[in-house]
Amino acid sequence: MPISLFARTAPRVGAIRSIATVKSTSESEIEILNAQRSNRPVSPHLTIYQPQLTMLLSGLHRITGVAMAGGFYALTVAFAATSILSIPFDGATLVSAFAGLPIYAKIGAKAAAAFPFAFHFANGIRHLIWDFGKELTIKGVYRTGYTVLTISAIAGTYLTFF
Amino acid sequence: MFASRTASSRLLASSSTKVASTSQIAQRAFSVSATQQHAAPAPVPPKQALKEFKIYRWNPDQPSEKPQLQSYKVNLAECGPMVLDALIKIKNDLDPTLTFRRSCREGICGSCAMNIDGVNTLACLSRIDRSESKPQKIYPLPHMYIVKDLVPDLTLFYKQYKSIEPFLKNDNVPEGREHLQSPADRKKLDGMYECILCACCSTSCPSYWWNQDEYLGPAALMAAYRWMADSRDSYGPQRKEKMQNSLSLYRCHTIFNCSRTCPKGLNPAKAIAQIKLELATGA
Repeated sequence: MPISLFARTAPRVGAIRSIATVKSTSESEIEILNAQRSNRPVSPHLTIYQPQLTMLLSGLHRITGVAMAGGFYALTVAFAATSILSIPFDGATLVSAFAGLPIYAKIGAKAAAAFPFAFHFANGIRHLIWDFGKELTIKGVYRTGYTVLTISAIAGTYLTFF
Repeated sequence: MFASRTASSRLLASSSTKVASTSQIAQRAFSVSATQQHAAPAPVPPKQALKEFKIYRWNPDQPSEKPQLQSYKVNLAECGPMVLDALIKIKNDLDPTLTFRRSCREGICGSCAMNIDGVNTLACLSRIDRSESKPQKIYPLPHMYIVKDLVPDLTLFYKQYKSIEPFLKNDNVPEGREHLQSPADRKKLDGMYECILCACCSTSCPSYWWNQDEYLGPAALMAAYRWMADSRDSYGPQRKEKMQNSLSLYRCHTIFNCSRTCPKGLNPAKAIAQIKLELATGA
């Protein structure tokens, strides 16, 4: 074994390989690390993650909540602003304007309000169930998730057409 | 010689299967076990099954180049069944520059956590999808700073774990004996102590994606509850007090991506909900 080792290393004795070593202090190491950190990309997230009922319903809950809050505030601000600027805008004008719309616009407007409301309401109850410490398993999450979707489809349809 | 004998016995067996009595079957089963295991496998050339893997690559030595997916074709006939086997084969045979963390190859160290086909999991516990029609996509853990290829920077993740003080704190240490605990109290820790801190759950959580600088994330929070729930720990109130702000704990919106993705089958979302419940009821 030692002989073979010698035989293998022997021809290379003449050629001295220069190895560059770098001395660094802990401060300079931090500097190098920070330089590397400033270059690091963030790995892809929402675009590559598998769409799952868990995150889809959560996102939908947030979106419907923000949209309805936005609509509520827009209407409130519109009432306040028009009364200050003495522009005729009240419940009666809104009702008559809505009554004058073609049927598909009426149904569309009602659906746009009814389905987000039904979903947000049902999913809010689902959150309350979780807050009581119930249905906190994957099975429970899927069971309640599909229930919420069914309920909001039925209630949304009802509110749209009746 | 062994090979030829087993072959002939197989022939015999196949010709008389319909009339074989139970004693014959038992005899055959016994005789087969030793000889067949030691016999050389039949020299059938392995069927070529090329599977495409698309793997996220980024090299810190060329920081100006954008991260990209690189395609590799692996012959599944010469590769183990798990995604980690394929990664190791690629690194050995195709491209030694491919960088990833791995250690135990049996789902206990948590090193090889990555995003495989859109789901965070351990490469060593995840089987290769055998269908050759569509490539298997492998990304690093989502929304993390990337050190290289599939290696994310977990510094913050470990700091968060450290911040919840993951150790027993008790001012009344019993003298001369260990902390005793009833079997019922011990049972409360099941499903939490098994966490291997692979970071799959935290990096699957959209809340953690957007707020990881302040939100602790499912892994650290489940570890926090593991000590709150421990009957031997007397610092529960102080541990809970640290959660009383809008971000550390309450950024959890019960999305459940964490429990859905946990490769150990644990339920961090439930642990977080328990913390919330105990904070609300003062339990």
